[in-house]
Amino acid sequence: MAKVLVVTSGKGGVGKTTTTAALGAALAQGGASVAVVDFDVGLRNLDLVMGAERRVVYDLINVVNGDAKLNQALIRDKRLDTLHLLPASQTRDKDALTDEGVAKVMDELREKFDWVICDSPAGIERGATLAMRHADLAVVVTNPEVSSVRDSDRIIGLLDSKTLKAERGEKMEKHLILSRYDPARADRGDMLKIDDVLEILSIPLLAIVPESLEVLRASNVGCPVTMNNPLSAPARAYIDAARRLKGETVAMSVPSDKKSLINKLFTRRAA
Amino acid sequence: MNIFNLFGRRPSARVASDRLKLILAHERSGRGGSDLVLVLREEILAVIERHVAVERDKVQIRLERGFGVSTLGVDIELPVTVGGGLAAA
Repeated sequence: MAKVLVVTSGKGGVGKTTTTAALGAALAQGGASVAVVDFDVGLRNLDLVMGAERRVVYDLINVVNGDAKLNQALIRDKRLDTLHLLPASQTRDKDALTDEGVAKVMDELREKFDWVICDSPAGIERGATLAMRHADLAVVVTNPEVSSVRDSDRIIGLLDSKTLKAERGEKMEKHLILSRYDPARADRGDMLKIDDVLEILSIPLLAIVPESLEVLRASNVGCPVTMNNPLSAPARAYIDAARRLKGETVAMSVPSDKKSLINKLFTRRAA
Repeated sequence: MNIFNLFGRRPSARVASDRLKLILAHERSGRGGSDLVLVLREEILAVIERHVAVERDKVQIRLERGFGVSTLGVDIELPVTVGGGLAAA
């Protein structure tokens, strides 16, 4: 029985799709069977970031409508056979997703995989609430910047009210991934510090992903950063995050691409 | 350490953090409820309109949110005839 995880943020462009691909790949690299599901109907991009854009035949809406079987729509990763993608539709709009249809697909995914990772669209409307609805836990991706933090706070409110778990009166498990963090800027007082963001959002920290060229390079070639360059700083951050999700205790650090210059590793208790 | 800090200028990240704490405190308390300012505006106007014909675009409403206290300022431009009467009262 899978754990269903939603990657969400409110604001666009903070790294949801990068995070979905990287966490999905990291969990699959660790031996788990993983499905990553793109909920961004009309603006799909997870296929592109995963390098599967030329292999899409059927999508989530085809499965929801019964035009295709789940197995026909799932795309197995060519590099990692435990990793699968369920793409979003590029032509339809989000209203084509029915609550019951999505529930049925999620149930089927739960049976098949160890992890189901839902990549939420930006915003707080139906697409985003559908993506989070069936989740057992949430990863909130936030940049150390005022608009991203405010939107994350809003999304946290929705996670605590609009998910099935919340409606059943259970506590929704939430984790923060602070991405595009630049330790040098934070040290100069030009960027919100990790502690500032944690104090404001008050959810546990899952990873600090530093601003890095490696994220751009990975998306350029269509390969999750944890597979494209596993030793790079963002890859190490995501690989540690995946281990924490599995329940391991891993010391928190700000990984760095530069060898010793800003190698200020500091420990912090993990989520 | 930024050189500007020596002259007492606050780092922008500190300003960001303070602004966020303030606005989120208000947004969290108002979550799920109606917009207080809109309600107040409508009700205050309704009271005034019972006595005086007020033009909607002559009404200025300002809200200042602070940590301990928030203030609502209402500025209503009254017709000349009424203004004279009020001054005498």
